[in-house]
Amino acid sequence: MSHPVSDPPRLSVSAAGGRPRQPLAVRFPGFARRLPWLVLASLALFPLLAPALGLEYYVGFVRRLLIVAIAASSLNFILGYGGMAALGHAGFIGVGAYAVVALVEAGFSSAWLAWGAALAVAGVFAALIGAVSLRTRGVYFIMITLAFAQMLYYLAVSLRTYGGDDGYGLYTPLRLGAWLDGAHPDVFYWVVLAIAALVFAGFSRVAHSRYGHALRGIRDNETRMVALGYPVYRLKLAGFVAAGAVAGLAGGLLASHNAFVSPSMMHWTQSALLLVMVMLGGLGRRWGAPLGVALWLTLEEVLKMHTDYWHWPLGMLLLLVVFHAPQGLAALFERRGGQEGVR
Amino acid sequence: MNAVPLLRCRGLEAGYGASRVLFGLDFDIRPGEVVALLGRNGMGKSTTIKTLVGGLRPQYGEILFDGRPIHAARADHIARLGVAIVPEGRQCFPNLTVREHLVAFAARRNGAAEPWTLARLYGLFPRLAERAGHMGNQLSGGEQQMLAIARALSTNPRLLILDEATEGLAPVIRDEIWRCLALLKAQGQTTLVVDKYVEKLLPLADRALILERGRIAWQGSSAALDARRELWSRYLGV
Repeated sequence: MSHPVSDPPRLSVSAAGGRPRQPLAVRFPGFARRLPWLVLASLALFPLLAPALGLEYYVGFVRRLLIVAIAASSLNFILGYGGMAALGHAGFIGVGAYAVVALVEAGFSSAWLAWGAALAVAGVFAALIGAVSLRTRGVYFIMITLAFAQMLYYLAVSLRTYGGDDGYGLYTPLRLGAWLDGAHPDVFYWVVLAIAALVFAGFSRVAHSRYGHALRGIRDNETRMVALGYPVYRLKLAGFVAAGAVAGLAGGLLASHNAFVSPSMMHWTQSALLLVMVMLGGLGRRWGAPLGVALWLTLEEVLKMHTDYWHWPLGMLLLLVVFHAPQGLAALFERRGGQEGVR
Repeated sequence: MNAVPLLRCRGLEAGYGASRVLFGLDFDIRPGEVVALLGRNGMGKSTTIKTLVGGLRPQYGEILFDGRPIHAARADHIARLGVAIVPEGRQCFPNLTVREHLVAFAARRNGAAEPWTLARLYGLFPRLAERAGHMGNQLSGGEQQMLAIARALSTNPRLLILDEATEGLAPVIRDEIWRCLALLKAQGQTTLVVDKYVEKLLPLADRALILERGRIAWQGSSAALDARRELWSRYLGV
């Protein structure tokens, strides 16, 4: 019995002939290796240079951008690497923010305690919500995470102690510690930058560890992962809890940044916006979340100065990216995978 | 050869909803044995494998792996006990490199005296070493098949199950797969193989089972089946 048919070899983009456009990281590997450090150094120096450049206002803007990027990175971790399309991530941001409010209301003023509590409480909520939600898949998972986030939203609206619908003002800044408080007006900026750098480095490391490979395997073929002996549900739940906790931390930082917390920060439209920013940057790409957040918020800031209808050009940009760079903007820069190919 | 079976099926019946596919299968696989599971399309080979690896809960009967009942166990638990499957269609992960495939699933379990390290897997399939940085979907069909086998081996399985491992491959690649299976047999790997190429499979297998409409129509040594060509035409359509 003969079987003459064989699968044709699937050649990678570059092996198939022609001259495909290589990502920048492939063309300039040395520069790509140093780029994160250059970005980090530039961001660290920014508050010192901003007054000379007349950009003091933008120190606060970049701080907000970094905080949103922390939340977006956590969403990118579960959605981009784990394939969990959660539409309720803002719920965890809100839980973190309200954890800070609860501690302040109780008389605590340590920022580290408040942010630690934001991380922990959001992690507990993520464990409870994930334990139920991760039993579903696809559109049902999207709907159930959305439903839980909306439940949290209405819970916050009903919390009269913490301002209900009107929100809660944090009139006294949280204390960072004896030697940090008052050291420099922008010390909070550097604290946020350090936390953001740790979060990015942490997610990046985990995403490229064995656990990260397993998570990507689950995203691509859950059944196969089960057959390979992986406790898929537990692995997904671990990722979901980690992402929820980090989103809660971002919520705690956002509460400190805004000095104000309201239920609107956990409305489902905020979850959708986070999702859009991650997709714009590149799902499952190391730099996807910060890039998407930076581009979106910067354009929003710039366009607002020129027109009240700033949603229009942003919407057009999103359409352009979806049609012309469906893998996100980070795909233009990052090298992923093979010596020859891209993924 | 050790006479205590590594896998024992007794009265195994399984199917999909009201439709029964397997009817009382009784068979053993002993440690170090290579067993060929044969039969024409639709006779229940894939259902048997699906049931063994926990993808389908048996309706009746029991499956013992190393003396432990596994017929009610979850698929991931069965895999961790040491049952690995190379699935039909290979199912490599498109977003993992060859190296990541082999590192991500590597498990130091089952008390393997000589565990399957990356170097050992590359030794078995040198082609994979050359393609280490390529993604799962950037490989030819033959390379994907090698990767699927290597991925299963990286879990250090006590029982390796291959479902149509040579399906759709060029003859030269098929020969490469057979060569590797012979090497694995020489190293004492217990294996259950489903394949259409009976003439290639029988010299490799110690024993063969023939399924006919969900029942074991014949089982015996490969040499005995080789000598009875009328069984080939009756049950295998060869």
